[in-house]
Amino acid sequence: MRRLLNARPRGGGRLLLGLLPIAVLVLLYLVASQARHAENPRDKILPTPAAMAQSMQIMALQEDPRTGEIPLVADTKASLTRLGIAVAAAAATTLVLGLSIGLLPYARAGLGPLVATISVIPPIAVLPILFIVFGLGETAKIVLIFVGITPFMVRDLASHVAAIPEEQIVKAQTLGASTWLVALQVALPQAMPRLIDSVRFSLGPAWVFLISAEAIASDVGLGYRIFLVRRYLAMDIILPYVAWISLLAVIIDLLLLTWSRTAFRWAHAPGGRR
Amino acid sequence: MTPVLSFRNVWVEYGDHVVLEKVSLDVAPGAFVSIVGPSGAGKSTFLRLALGQEAPSRGEILLDGAPIPPEPGPDRGVVFQRYSVFPHMTVLQNVMFGARCDQAPFTGLLTGAARRQAKAEAVAILEQVGLSASLKAFPRALSGGMQQRLAIAQALITRPRILLLDEPFGALDPGVRLDMHELITGLWREHGLTILMVTHDIKEAFKLGTRVIAVDKRRHDPHAPHRYGSTAVYDFPLDDKQKTAIPREIAAMAGEA
Repeated sequence: MRRLLNARPRGGGRLLLGLLPIAVLVLLYLVASQARHAENPRDKILPTPAAMAQSMQIMALQEDPRTGEIPLVADTKASLTRLGIAVAAAAATTLVLGLSIGLLPYARAGLGPLVATISVIPPIAVLPILFIVFGLGETAKIVLIFVGITPFMVRDLASHVAAIPEEQIVKAQTLGASTWLVALQVALPQAMPRLIDSVRFSLGPAWVFLISAEAIASDVGLGYRIFLVRRYLAMDIILPYVAWISLLAVIIDLLLLTWSRTAFRWAHAPGGRR
Repeated sequence: MTPVLSFRNVWVEYGDHVVLEKVSLDVAPGAFVSIVGPSGAGKSTFLRLALGQEAPSRGEILLDGAPIPPEPGPDRGVVFQRYSVFPHMTVLQNVMFGARCDQAPFTGLLTGAARRQAKAEAVAILEQVGLSASLKAFPRALSGGMQQRLAIAQALITRPRILLLDEPFGALDPGVRLDMHELITGLWREHGLTILMVTHDIKEAFKLGTRVIAVDKRRHDPHAPHRYGSTAVYDFPLDDKQKTAIPREIAAMAGEA
């Protein structure tokens, strides 16, 4: 008989195998929810799918009479705007700093220790400072995400750029490339797929910082809403919101992966899994 | 005739570790100089010096009679054993890179007539090295031998005064290596190149070179092996190219190479 570590699932079997644990979890939830409702029909901790659908209908389809906006849409828009601005700023900063530190010995000597130091500070610990400095508005939330993910991204990209073989850098110079052209034409294109990967990995922490900031001081946003309705034990809203956040995260991740695969074909093995 | 490249009493020392000592060498225009020697004898240091990647601790290195700039430049082309080509550029883009650096120092992008001319030149040289069928391929899709062909084409496009080869065929299969020998000999004749090649393959050195230089330590102190550096211990001109037998002194080094 073949060893277990050599047995591979194939095609449809593979998909089925992946869906199985999810189906088991959903089933477990339904059974537990049913059991709790049998005991107490007004249970709020494990709402039934019907109850969740009903609450979400209010959140996703009806305007809030106070603001005149649909809560889910307003929350999503606010959160994605904060996330988008912060991640874009982080990526731009990472490109400039990562390329400089990776390529230029002077930048490495001057900025390396600073970036390494900043990256060990827990970002949530500086959140009070950000609220004091930037007030309770949008800026503090965006800066928190930025501060939280940028140092890691800079270090990752700098080490990736520094690992470009010396031979390539010398070769470029023997073809007449200046420092600027080596950065622009040799290092930048090779850094881009890594930067996209780095953004993909940083989006997890970025969501954590976004929701933390929204939970503490905000009047709109996905994190704000979850923490607001928590006061009423409104699991029928929290659970669908969490599912919605996960769906957004998956979609963003897939978009980034698709961009990397189409724009930087050379970096992905043909038919490979990267 | 001024030598293309000359080393004048060059020393390379790291602290009290002597790598090269008293190296004097003139490379005449049109020469194909092979440098051989046991591993660790400092063969590659020769190329690093010629490239300007490293500066001699004593002595001077001249290119066409003038001191070489202390960094790599388009007057000296190079092909390394590996990693010589840019993985993110297609074959054609790799070869056009030299022209892009030369004519578009800010954007690195060419347009219009300049682009068409650079492309025509690149296509012509790629045809000579036998890569005209894979202009749009990325290097990863090429075999090791084809990548080295690409690296050579890429280096030749800027018409360097001297072409430096660092174990260029060391990572290739024997059959491919023979093809590459033919290719480089052909290009050397056709373009009137001056070539300095470092190799650990002594047969290759004698087959391709018009002159073979063996690098090794002349003196050896068993208690302080680092105190004496390597220098050119044998210098064989092979002007008639009638393959004389490989001299016994060099053949002896083959065991260590």
